[in-house]
Amino acid sequence: MSETIFVALGAVAVLSALLCILQRNALAAAIWLVLTMLALAAMYLILGAPFIAAIQVLVYAGAIMVLFIFVIMLLNLGHGPSDIRGRAAWAGALVLAVAMATYLLRLGGYDPARLALELTGTSDLPASAVFATAEGARQAAEAQGVVGAVAGSLFTTYLVPFEVTSLLLLAAIVGAVVLAKKRI
Amino acid sequence: MLLGPALAISALLFSIGVVGVLVRRNALVVFMCIELMLNAVNLTFVALSRYHGVGGQLMVFFVMTVAAAEAAVGLAIILAVFRHTTSVDLKTNTLLQG
Repeated sequence: MSETIFVALGAVAVLSALLCILQRNALAAAIWLVLTMLALAAMYLILGAPFIAAIQVLVYAGAIMVLFIFVIMLLNLGHGPSDIRGRAAWAGALVLAVAMATYLLRLGGYDPARLALELTGTSDLPASAVFATAEGARQAAEAQGVVGAVAGSLFTTYLVPFEVTSLLLLAAIVGAVVLAKKRI
Repeated sequence: MLLGPALAISALLFSIGVVGVLVRRNALVVFMCIELMLNAVNLTFVALSRYHGVGGQLMVFFVMTVAAAEAAVGLAIILAVFRHTTSVDLKTNTLLQG
């Protein structure tokens, strides 16, 4: 049941991504991209990552895409001639994308058993034994709450990257303010 | 199991993002396609975090932070370019093309 819903949500995400790149109007493209991101958030929920689903809606659909739509409206785009390139660019892009998709779609054949086999190199252990720690961590996370599991790891193992993130955000704030000045 | 479908959907989304970057000339839409590719990779991280622990979800957290910083600075650059040349079309902004 959940797999059917997951694949249906994936189809929604892929279709709206296609419509996003084919829309002449930049604002319509942005709205289709928002739909892709909302479908992805629902997929994260099914995959057992409710915290990531929540910040996907808050940060991606809520903050980043609103910023995009704000800029599109500020620049008053969407009235000019089409910005889609000609046939030569399409041919090159499609050849590249089809080659890449056929290469990457082989990943679609993976299941936990094959993943465990490639990790350990032997087929002696069943997948449930190889991923026992991850499964145990997931059950502990369900016991201690959605945010607790992520936060526990974030403030211990990943503390230094987390602090570096704050520096990155500070640099981005300063950069955006400087670039948005009247004369640069 | 959901691993195979998740990885396949992620591959499709990434390829669509690549097509978008290559065929669009509007700098804003190209930027949106880059966000689409980041989202495709995030889906891979979340799908695999079921088997490798919570680290994959934290990587998505960091990718989102970088994407937010990138959107703020990138959109400010696009605004500055628009004020300079009154166009966001990549075809007309060829100052570096020699």
